[in-house]
Amino acid sequence: MLLEVENLNVYYGAIHALKGISFQVEEGEIVTLIGANGAGKTTSLDTISGLLRSRTGDIRFMGESIAHTAPHQIVEKQLAHVPEGRRIFLQMTVEENLDMGAFTRPKSEVDASLEQVFALFPRLKERRRQIGGTLSGGEQQMLAMGRALMSKPKLMMLDEPSMGLAPILVEQVFDIIKSLHKAGTTILLVEQNAQMALTIADRAYVLENGQITLTGTGSELIHSEQVQKAYLGG
Amino acid sequence: MEFLAYLVSGISLGSVYAIIALGYTMVYGIAKMLNFAHGDVIMIGGYISYIAAVNLGLPTLVAVVCAMAVCTVLGVVIEGLAYRPLRSAPSLAVLITAIGVSYFLQNSALLIWGANPKSYTPVVEGTLKLFGGQLSISNVSILTVAACIVIMIGLTLFTSKTKMGKAMRACSEDKGAAQLMGINVNRTISLTFAIGSALAAIAGALLCSFSPALMPTTGSMPGIKAFTAAVFGGIGSIPGAFLGGILLGIIESLARGYISTQLSNSIVFAVLIIILLVRPAGLLGKYVPEKV
Repeated sequence: MLLEVENLNVYYGAIHALKGISFQVEEGEIVTLIGANGAGKTTSLDTISGLLRSRTGDIRFMGESIAHTAPHQIVEKQLAHVPEGRRIFLQMTVEENLDMGAFTRPKSEVDASLEQVFALFPRLKERRRQIGGTLSGGEQQMLAMGRALMSKPKLMMLDEPSMGLAPILVEQVFDIIKSLHKAGTTILLVEQNAQMALTIADRAYVLENGQITLTGTGSELIHSEQVQKAYLGG
Repeated sequence: MEFLAYLVSGISLGSVYAIIALGYTMVYGIAKMLNFAHGDVIMIGGYISYIAAVNLGLPTLVAVVCAMAVCTVLGVVIEGLAYRPLRSAPSLAVLITAIGVSYFLQNSALLIWGANPKSYTPVVEGTLKLFGGQLSISNVSILTVAACIVIMIGLTLFTSKTKMGKAMRACSEDKGAAQLMGINVNRTISLTFAIGSALAAIAGALLCSFSPALMPTTGSMPGIKAFTAAVFGGIGSIPGAFLGGILLGIIESLARGYISTQLSNSIVFAVLIIILLVRPAGLLGKYVPEKV
């Protein structure tokens, strides 16, 4: 098991955001968490990457507990997180952003990774000297994903990569996720676009009000009446 | 020639402000806090270099290096003990703590070194005479301007070329995202305080060469003026702090020379207010609208 999340209870002050969540991601899978706004999807990812802390339970990555590990040390263990809203460094150039993504890597390996990222995102290569803030939304999402790839992750967590993008760009983003997966990266995907997410996912969990209410393979959930009603407009 | 003399003294005084302002602006840029104790670190730097040079008889350069070492440690300790526990507290709490640290340092200095001013000998002696002796520039002025330029260029290169320097800029923009890159934000902030405090020590030694009376309150006014200079140039911007410092020094020197010594500070702050009305982000500051 690559990632095991066990009984997380996370609070924002008095608000009980995650109520005893448990789920797993196996090596080589694409797993998705779907659910409405405020269901706890982003909170789950933020807790795994150490930005938030759970009061109970445990998080194990490659068998090792990371529940009390600092966020910057979790990245070193090759667990990358592309946060909601991309959060690229707007005042730094594309290349500097990618450099930051490789912060945990030895200098000798950075150039090779940079070439890999440029091969996957030729657009970023064209704009390597451009300031992040001048990129379009789609390009910023590419940069956020490319930046995470620079840390050579075993598991990549993506938070709403399709948010705010035109349909054609959403397709592109999902194509890239599929090719990352094919290249050997395990993916944990949080999405509001349930249709797209379930289509590419091996397994999925449905989050509602901080609890997991349903789980199954991507195709099981896409055909489930409950999911159709709540998330697919069926 | 009179004008030229005022200009030269303004530039050299401004260079001291600029060195202090660089420390202010670095800390503000990365930790997003106004370290009002920065001026008092300058004062401590002044005392340490005084003790090293006068009481221990060490060479000037060694004395300044001692002051830098002590202030670097002091800055890192202040950050770790007083500011780090408040990392997620409201900014007002941090501001009040900084004022508290400032008084703590002043009163500690009062306790240790007493209230009597110590008369400080300039770090370097001698003057350069130009135009057949009509314009004299002290060597300490030349040294100050040179030090300021070297520091400004050094910091610019550090933040644009080195890995740690880029990590500082990343922290300055988005600490959460920086953590997700594997950057240790606490360590980065410590480093910023270390650099800022080392600069304050240099400024302390230079400042005392300009106004040789060293007292526990010596750092306050230059600290506030340098903060003003940093805002004036665009807080968070390294070239902005440099430009702001130099301009502030020139305005102060000209106001003192042509208008009134007593009013010079008022004039300096009046100019600041006018500039900020026209350019709220300061001369070189970037006003970055939030992308929603």
